[in-house]
Amino acid sequence: MSFLTRTKGATADDLVTGKGPKEGILSRGAALLIMCVFTLYFLVPIWWLFIASTKDRGQLLTTPSLWFADFNLFNNIKDLLDYNDGIYVRWLGNSLLYAGVGAVLATILASMCGYALAKYSFRGRELLFNVVLGGVLVPATALALPLFLLFSQVNLTNTIWAVLLPSIVSPFGVYLSRIYAASSVPDELIEAARLDGAGEVRTFFTVSIRLMVPALVTVFLFQFVTIWNNFFLPLIMLRSQELFPVTYGLYTWNTQLNQIPELRTYVLVGSLLSIIPLIIAFLLLQRFWRGGLGAGSVK
Amino acid sequence: MTTDVVDPTAQRSRRGRSVQKPRRGQTHRSAVAFFAAPFGVLFLLFYLVPIGYAVWQSLLVVERDGTYGAPQEVFGWFAQYALVLQNAPFWESVLRVLLFGVVQVPVMLGLALLFALLLDSPVLKGRKFFRLAFFAPYAVPGVIAAIMWGFLYSPNLSPFTDVTRAIDFLSPELVLWSIANVVTWVFVGYNMLIIYSALLAIPSEVYEAARLDGAGQIRIAWSIKIPMVAPAIVLTAIFSIIGTLQLLAEPQVFRSFSSAVSSTFTPNMTVYATNSIPNINLAAAFSVVLALATFVLSFTFLKITQRKAD
Repeated sequence: MSFLTRTKGATADDLVTGKGPKEGILSRGAALLIMCVFTLYFLVPIWWLFIASTKDRGQLLTTPSLWFADFNLFNNIKDLLDYNDGIYVRWLGNSLLYAGVGAVLATILASMCGYALAKYSFRGRELLFNVVLGGVLVPATALALPLFLLFSQVNLTNTIWAVLLPSIVSPFGVYLSRIYAASSVPDELIEAARLDGAGEVRTFFTVSIRLMVPALVTVFLFQFVTIWNNFFLPLIMLRSQELFPVTYGLYTWNTQLNQIPELRTYVLVGSLLSIIPLIIAFLLLQRFWRGGLGAGSVK
Repeated sequence: MTTDVVDPTAQRSRRGRSVQKPRRGQTHRSAVAFFAAPFGVLFLLFYLVPIGYAVWQSLLVVERDGTYGAPQEVFGWFAQYALVLQNAPFWESVLRVLLFGVVQVPVMLGLALLFALLLDSPVLKGRKFFRLAFFAPYAVPGVIAAIMWGFLYSPNLSPFTDVTRAIDFLSPELVLWSIANVVTWVFVGYNMLIIYSALLAIPSEVYEAARLDGAGQIRIAWSIKIPMVAPAIVLTAIFSIIGTLQLLAEPQVFRSFSSAVSSTFTPNMTVYATNSIPNINLAAAFSVVLALATFVLSFTFLKITQRKAD
């Protein structure tokens, strides 16, 4: 929770003492009111999901939606995990595999390339950078279909690789790493490492990469979220439900609600559980990644 | 993992942009190859080759010898693109997402900017709580958010049955805006945080002169803060434009809740539906048109805003 305790060094706060009488209680109240109303807007749906997950099927419709009835959350979770030989756990594991492994590899590759673009001058550097930058603007869904056609020619559709391989390429990560490496890894430091006899690769992995941590965390989180939320790629690539990520699995359950009404509880409880890994990732990494977040936008 | 967060902008303004001077007499060709090649190769394989392949596929047509002959792919120039032009559902879906974007993107970014300015202003208390509360929906994947709101909109399940019985959020007239609300709900906090980070990077000295001149907080926000975070707003706008044209998960989920959402509701859904028929060549042509449109729109937006800034 260290993210919560971080405050900026010098803010407009410092100027409070000089503010005019007009910005008194009235604007304070107005600001607080706006923020409180929107807090309800943002949190009530999540609260509802939590409450709905604690109810059994009968009470879902008959008791007030925003408050507890009999507390059945743990029974519901147990039923969810048992349903269909525990397919839900499988989906959650798949999501963690796709997003975790994909984002780690994407971060390493993107930071290396961004670093090369920032710190070395070589022929074709600007061309490479511009092509990668163009890649940021290419919608991922426009790539999904041709990837499916290509993968089907090498028999890779409906495998883990069909989702994992395209996920480890992050043009936005390269862009962010380049900007960040240019501003936070001093040339003098690289020169000093060279004078000490360290090779370029060693310099990167022992010195430079530490200075790039906020950018690395940002790239990792950005890619993790992108893969976790990706819908078109699994939709188009995967047929066997053992390979589904959790979002796609819940989507297929949701489409069957008319035929199998008892799935409703599983969809709700499953949705609630599926949000938790991302919230944990954000809370753990926020203090690092907020530093890198602004880097892409200021240039 | 105890490294302090380094403020990138503070360093950049000090160091300027001269960081990347070529070092004469020293080439590090093998190092560059080592660093850039892994990404470069994968970028080629999973970005450039698929784009090229989509373009190629979109130029082919399937022909048969007679009525029962084996299908054969032959080069057909722009035959698929002629079909794209004539495809009314596709253009309806394009107009639909454009309408969606024209309304949803300004509303979302306006709110994100308002929240970021309030978070940054001295009149607000409890900003850490609000920052976290507003950002929380971003942890909810689009599919899950759509499922959740789908239940909230449903007349029977909703906690707000009085409202949902009076207003049919899933009707043909309203369902597009109900989906817009889901997208806004998920992404406002994310955009707010990007703009807020840019606000934090403004050195406080900048405000001092304005304050001496007697400018209030609103005046400072309007004349200093907003112009200074314009690049961040442009970035969020471009990502939002791309996101709008890619709209897929939310409307696809809403098909379970509302019959008003057709299988060709958005361009991407049209691509998916065409691909499953299967008409691969036409689907490829749709993809290419869509990618070009996204590219042109975001690029044009970038150029217009840059010209204004000069």
